[in-house]
Amino acid sequence: MKFSFKNEEDIVKLSPFISVLLGLLFGYVLLFLAGFNPNESFKYLFQGGLKGIADGNYRRIGDTLSQMTPLMLTGISVAFAFRTGLFNIGASGQMLFGGFIAVFIGVKFNLPPIIHPMVAVLGAGIGGALVGFVPGYLKAKYNIHEVVICIMMNYISLWGVQYLSGTFIPGKFDTESAVIQETATLKADFISNIFTGSSLNVGFFIAIIALIVVSIILNKTVFGYELKSVGYNQDASEYAGMNVKRNVIYSMMIAGFLAGLAGATFYIGYTNHIKMGVLPPQGFDGIAVALLGMNTPLGVFLSSFLFGFLKNGASFMASSTSVPRELVDIVIASIIYFAAISSLINGYLIKLAKKMNKGSDK
Amino acid sequence: MWQLLTDIMPYAIMNTIPMFIVALGGLVSERSGIVNIALEGMMVIGAFISSIFIYYYGSNFDNNGVWIAMLVAGFGTAIFSLLHAYASITLNADQVISGTALNMIAPALTIFLSRYLTGSQNINIGRGVNRFDVPILSEIPVIGPLFFSNYYNTTAVMVLLGVGVWYLIFKTKFGLRLRACGENPHAADSMGINVYLMRYIGVLMSGFLAGVGGALFIVTISGEFNGTVSGLGFLALGALIFGKWNVFRVLGATLFFGFMKTLGNVAMVNPTLQSLSLPTEFYNALPYFMTIIALVLFSKNTVGPKAAGQIYDKGKR
Repeated sequence: MKFSFKNEEDIVKLSPFISVLLGLLFGYVLLFLAGFNPNESFKYLFQGGLKGIADGNYRRIGDTLSQMTPLMLTGISVAFAFRTGLFNIGASGQMLFGGFIAVFIGVKFNLPPIIHPMVAVLGAGIGGALVGFVPGYLKAKYNIHEVVICIMMNYISLWGVQYLSGTFIPGKFDTESAVIQETATLKADFISNIFTGSSLNVGFFIAIIALIVVSIILNKTVFGYELKSVGYNQDASEYAGMNVKRNVIYSMMIAGFLAGLAGATFYIGYTNHIKMGVLPPQGFDGIAVALLGMNTPLGVFLSSFLFGFLKNGASFMASSTSVPRELVDIVIASIIYFAAISSLINGYLIKLAKKMNKGSDK
Repeated sequence: MWQLLTDIMPYAIMNTIPMFIVALGGLVSERSGIVNIALEGMMVIGAFISSIFIYYYGSNFDNNGVWIAMLVAGFGTAIFSLLHAYASITLNADQVISGTALNMIAPALTIFLSRYLTGSQNINIGRGVNRFDVPILSEIPVIGPLFFSNYYNTTAVMVLLGVGVWYLIFKTKFGLRLRACGENPHAADSMGINVYLMRYIGVLMSGFLAGVGGALFIVTISGEFNGTVSGLGFLALGALIFGKWNVFRVLGATLFFGFMKTLGNVAMVNPTLQSLSLPTEFYNALPYFMTIIALVLFSKNTVGPKAAGQIYDKGKR
């Protein structure tokens, strides 16, 4: 990969980094205006995700990777749909329903260890794909905008899962489902030992594998080429003999599958039960991850690490200072806003590049 | 059955009115050509502004505090909506992404500010709008107990506001111009209409209405700010589609959604509903189902503003 400040296409690649800096700057200014000590707060924010590495205590970095795990999967889910020209704002609902299937299998099925979580993870993916199928099918068949259907499916999943959990796998409290069996968990002792008791689990590796598989599908297969082609220009793809409708449905189903996997990593790797009446925020954060990562698997990896790092640091900051933890959510949301208006940032960058070129020509 | 209806109706109206006002906001914005999925976030901002206003200044205004809070919330949210307008009109950003960013920033920012200003995530406003039985009108058979008992006086004001918006958008020259920008901005431009200005006005008005709706949510339904408006903004978006971007159909749609939401709330305690033995979640999920079904039914003939969601590029023909 070559990078040149003189090349306009290269310089546009800088805009996500500038969005991040602007988002952090916004948070910094907000802290300053609110009368907090921004330097101290940011120190704790950054320490929260890393502290201890030098002393061989990897708990905090493990927790960062654990926070990052579902974000990688929802992020790649949204990014995958984006490449086919679809906006998957329904990752939250897909993740929740997938997670329900995983927890259901974890509670009700009696299977040996290793097999049990594998079945649960697969079930979660299929559950997510089913939820993703609805907007995909309606888009292909009736040309209805997928965003509206996705929003509606989020709430249908929310209420549907609440009903199903309360009826089939009720827990001790009304607000929680039953806890999964020991055999179904994605937690593994050898990982916890390496990371000094962190919540990091096998889900992290599932997410990494998913990123690699998606990368191969998009870049090395005819199917991936067709999906991207549909994203660029539907009419041209149709004319070239591709089945646009089928590709739209497949794309949403795969996006749903990936978000469903996120549900598995979160609900049988981290919480071990379904919390009722809440849509998992990771689904919406996945939009931020995908946008910032410019819809590429590598970009999703980097941006989900950043958000996992910030979210993990937020708890440390909130416990060490009086700054509310929501600061990090503000920073993340403002990063998306800056990413949304990246045309403005790109304009400045290109101007800057032209100026530098002029200077070097002389 | 009649008893059930008269029991539920006041609450159904209570759930309907904020949704109606917010859906109207969405209508104005989308008619001008800007898709506004940030309605939920804007409602949250309006809810926050009204509760913080009442928290600090409510006691200065006696009973009028609630009304002033609603106005302040409207104007404050209109300013917030400039973020969406600037991104999607001036900078040609993707309107759905910009809206998503606003939806995410609203709860985070308001909870942050609420913790910072009051020390707690929740702001209790103490007393909202009073309920009362309207004299004379509530005595009318059938209509009286349904619409004028247990009545909030915000209801009539908001319905009047709705009629006002209908008149402005569908009966005046200004409204015609605004709608033209949402149907065919190039044609509108060629007739000397400033498309950018009209769309800015559309988004600002939607911010104002969504803010008022958020304030209404606080002073009638919840009585306490806690960073959410329980999905009413997204329901309003659904009602806008279900109501085919038409003011009176939107009122009907929001009334239906409000009714379903109320049924979901009382299904556990009401004996008539208990005998049906449908789960609470069924009533809660039904409006979202109906929106999807409505979309499938409407899909043959497009009903929404034609240019909504498209970036307006002057040079493109």
